[in-house]
Amino acid sequence: MDFDFRALVVIMMSAVLVNNYVLRQFLGVCPFLGVSKDLKSSVGMGLAVMFVMLMAASVTWPIQILLLNPNGLEFMQTVVFILVIATLVQLVEVVLKRYVPALFASLGVYLPLMTTNCAVLAVTISNINKGYTYIEALVSALGAGFGFFLAMVIFTGVRAQVAAADPPDAFKGVPITLISAAILSLAFFAFDGVIENLFGG
Amino acid sequence: MKLSKWNIFTRGIIKENPVLVLVLGLCPALAVSTQAENALGMGLATTFVLLGSNIVISFLRKIIPGRTRIPCYIVLIASFTVLVKMAIEAYAYPLYQALGIFLPLIAVNCIIFARAEMFANRNTVIDSVLDALGSGFGFTLALLVIASIREIFGNGTWFGLSLPWLSDNTIMIFSLAPGGFIVFAFLLALVNKLSKSHDKSREPGCKGCPAADACGMCAESGGKKAEHGVGRRGL
Repeated sequence: MDFDFRALVVIMMSAVLVNNYVLRQFLGVCPFLGVSKDLKSSVGMGLAVMFVMLMAASVTWPIQILLLNPNGLEFMQTVVFILVIATLVQLVEVVLKRYVPALFASLGVYLPLMTTNCAVLAVTISNINKGYTYIEALVSALGAGFGFFLAMVIFTGVRAQVAAADPPDAFKGVPITLISAAILSLAFFAFDGVIENLFGG
Repeated sequence: MKLSKWNIFTRGIIKENPVLVLVLGLCPALAVSTQAENALGMGLATTFVLLGSNIVISFLRKIIPGRTRIPCYIVLIASFTVLVKMAIEAYAYPLYQALGIFLPLIAVNCIIFARAEMFANRNTVIDSVLDALGSGFGFTLALLVIASIREIFGNGTWFGLSLPWLSDNTIMIFSLAPGGFIVFAFLLALVNKLSKSHDKSREPGCKGCPAADACGMCAESGGKKAEHGVGRRGL
């Protein structure tokens, strides 16, 4: 199988920085706001998302291309993908618990939350929509997961600072967290044009 | 606590607005709210899925076994999502393109899971219909408010109609991702101010959210909730 290494790097960079799932596309905002309180849990959540995204992309791509498309069942995509992801997550949980208890101890809590994480479903669907090859799909899933991880970890640091501040009463809690997210999202806009400049669009 | 029919309906719109009060379903609320028209489309599509799933789930509430209810809900909600997606693709193609990936993602909208888990599986069909309509309209209303602000200031238009002066002086950040976060933050602060409920420590995510069991989004609750919530869904 020949593959275009440059294209893969572009997909990766774009998924991590320019089209960051949380900060640019609003995918997976709920866990992003909910779990970013301390570094340990945000690292755990980030790793779990990355892991499940990669697994989900590696399983759903063949299902779509080899099973659904040839049989004219494209419309079943949403239902099938959700069920596959839900089953996969359970399977991964059981396997990890049995064979890699150390990893399960750090990721286990976060795995069940993946089924309703829209970022995971989104990455599998957008891989198909963009017509990626299998390798490209895996790279884009890895990039999306890493982008999520990066955003989580950075945002945890930001929130630690915000926690020490004293906003107006009405802004306490969610609103001030959202404002911090807005500023972080603004910072990621600095990556606009990075791809074009580095790889000549 | 027995609520009157009217209360069930209005509760979802104002007192328990899914987006502005319960802070659920943020991804679609922020992502498609750059144009009022898209927000309306998204809101109505979600309302339809919510209505369908609430009706079927409340109808089958005695048949669906407790242990396997979550996978049942997932399949039902996803099926209604596919219906809506195909209908919009056929009859409103521009909207289909504008909503893009967020249309199939209605299937993982936690508002719908929350209503199924908290209301439809223990109430009659008629009550569930009212509940779905209330929450759905509440969601649509919240989206419409966010989108109107963002479209008017970010694009100088409202429902595509060009507004005088504003269309020559657009503030681009409102249409971009940070603008979505900021507008939503200010709206939430306004709701806090008006309801004076900010002292009851409403945390981001699901900690202060009554639907935590159903959507199980946040890790803090994950450990414990997983025992009876989404986690051990017994697939």
